[in-house]
Amino acid sequence: MDRRQFHKILGAGLISASLPSLLRPAFADGPLQVGFVYLGPVGDFGWTYQHNVGCQQAQAHFGDKVKTTYVENVPESPDSEHVIADLAAKGNKLIFTTSFGYMNYTLKVAKQYPDVFFEHCTGYMRDKNVSTYNIRFYEGRFVQGVIAGKLTKSGLVGYIGSIPVPEVVQGMNAFLLGMRSVNPTAKLKFIMINSWYDPGKEGDATKALIDQGCDIITQHTDSPTPLQTAKGRGVKAFGEATDMTKFAPDTQLTADVNDWGGYYIKRIQDVLDGKWASTDTWGGFDSGMLSMAAFANMPDDVKALAGQAVADIRSGKNKVFVGPLTDQSGKLQLPAGQVMDDGTLSGLQWLVEGVEGKLS
Amino acid sequence: MFRIEPRGYPSRFWSLGSPILAIALTILVTGVIFAAMGQEPLVAVYTFLIAPLLEHNGLAALAIRAAPLIMIGVGLSLCYRTNVWNIGAEGQFTLGAISGGGLALTFPDAPAELLFPGMLALGVIGGMFWAAIPAWLRTRYNANEILTSLMLHYIAGLLLVYLVTGPWKDPHGFGFPQSALFSSTATTPIIVPGTGVHLGCALAPLLAAIAWLVLNKSVLGFKLRVVGQAPRAARFAGFNEDRLIWTAMLISGGLAGLAGILEVAGPVGQLTTTISPGYGFSAVIVAFLGRLDPIGAVFAGLLLALSYLGGDAAQIDLGLPNAVTGIFQGILLFFLLGCDLLIRYRIKRVRPNPAVTLTGIAE
Repeated sequence: MDRRQFHKILGAGLISASLPSLLRPAFADGPLQVGFVYLGPVGDFGWTYQHNVGCQQAQAHFGDKVKTTYVENVPESPDSEHVIADLAAKGNKLIFTTSFGYMNYTLKVAKQYPDVFFEHCTGYMRDKNVSTYNIRFYEGRFVQGVIAGKLTKSGLVGYIGSIPVPEVVQGMNAFLLGMRSVNPTAKLKFIMINSWYDPGKEGDATKALIDQGCDIITQHTDSPTPLQTAKGRGVKAFGEATDMTKFAPDTQLTADVNDWGGYYIKRIQDVLDGKWASTDTWGGFDSGMLSMAAFANMPDDVKALAGQAVADIRSGKNKVFVGPLTDQSGKLQLPAGQVMDDGTLSGLQWLVEGVEGKLS
Repeated sequence: MFRIEPRGYPSRFWSLGSPILAIALTILVTGVIFAAMGQEPLVAVYTFLIAPLLEHNGLAALAIRAAPLIMIGVGLSLCYRTNVWNIGAEGQFTLGAISGGGLALTFPDAPAELLFPGMLALGVIGGMFWAAIPAWLRTRYNANEILTSLMLHYIAGLLLVYLVTGPWKDPHGFGFPQSALFSSTATTPIIVPGTGVHLGCALAPLLAAIAWLVLNKSVLGFKLRVVGQAPRAARFAGFNEDRLIWTAMLISGGLAGLAGILEVAGPVGQLTTTISPGYGFSAVIVAFLGRLDPIGAVFAGLLLALSYLGGDAAQIDLGLPNAVTGIFQGILLFFLLGCDLLIRYRIKRVRPNPAVTLTGIAE
């Protein structure tokens, strides 16, 4: 529709009658519409940014065959139900809801739209038309732990925790196990800030941990503030979700990088092929959903060690959560030689001995 | 040349006309911004303000979103009229949700006719309790209620986080920070089947009407207004200022608490760390947009709710960023405060008189 046509319609006094139909694309044989619901702004780093990178990769991959739409800054409240329903009502046939708090709302809308496919990120409830998907973030945490274990002088490393959900508990435990694999006495201290993104609290927590003797910082929160705070105090740190090198080039050791593009392309292709089915995907290094940013600001032997840790996890040689594992109270939780199953892992609520501090 | 001169009395015409002019100017300026972003301004304004209402369930979505805003906004209007500045409605909302929600989680199997009213009552009491703290600090120690009520909001938020990650965490929830879903007897009744329009959507305008009557037609309302407008006169008249501060805080806290329990027992369905997208703070805008009048708050709540829906629609249909919502609300407040000038002042055209000026210089 160009400007002239538009004014002609206006002149004809048809605004109210014709606008709704002009605003609606024809569904019948147009491109497959794919919707994305984002928690944060698209921005240029962090959780939502990485999802949007994946969305853009999918759009570029499929070109005209697919039309992606996203809604950003959607709170994890009943408002999200309205947004998800709106996307479904406007012809999106596949909808990705990319934060845990959308779980119940996604399921509710899915019941109202049985012919639309939904994909909920990080949740645990599925339905005929609702899949779940997530990344084995803990694999990256193990590699970070190996690096930190080698580099720490004080033997104490700081972890900026977000909310004590299993994902974060897995992360802290895996980090400690990575450290202990190269440094049997290293310890991990953490502070939970009860938010996924709060630059003020993230900065304060970083300062507090450094003041308590931590000489390396890692974060399970979204902003580059811990990295920048660490930089100001001359301490090395890890980025989160995105390669955050540009925020602190001489500070970032590496970062877990979430790569959703491959998954999004695969699931969209499934819908195009009529093969979409409800599944639960939990991908790590081997799936391509997780990668590490370039190892930097460390000696070459540590880089080699970290690279080896990635290779071992990718090949399945290292399963990360392998017994014997003892919790903070000294109780044996996983006997020697056993590998923790995914069911136990995804509900993990205890900390491995060597992590200091209590969960809630 | 123009000159702004005082009218000496508030203009009746402009006290109604100013918000309408402000809304018109807002639409105009938003249209210009839409045009600058490469959108057809009329299509964009239509998508933002009208299309959300015509959609399937659009009116229902509006009512659901506006209900808590109106309920809290009505209480705040009353409170601000009394010159008591309760900024912590968000915290009172949270406490209402916690108190009523606690009952729902403790007695999930109680009969609905006892459980739900009990939850509402506890919700109101919870909100009142949280508002009573700043009221007590103000009347006893003259502590500024803006600060104390705002600070208490953080405490309420942390209390909620503690409860849903600790004692009230869903035992079957894999450790995620949320309570179990409320049982069906503990759920806000849906009054229009299939739309999600719940009891709160009907209560909100009803409470606004009651608040209007109280404020304008009762002795209590008169006292509240006098304390707000002329505290000295109120003292001479023998009104008990402390008691009126308490009344204003308890009413606004109670309404915020009621909105909180209706929201968690209704659209949310459980206690989580994210029960409100900031209703308590948006309601401050609602109160001012509604001219601190309970009926005005109804319209203001609807308009603000519409701007949220429009923001979502603008993202889905036009690919505009979410910041559009914030820009619209900001421009609206800006023009509203600006246009209020017309109530007490008039703009007069002044003809520059060259002769006078020249003579003045010559002499």
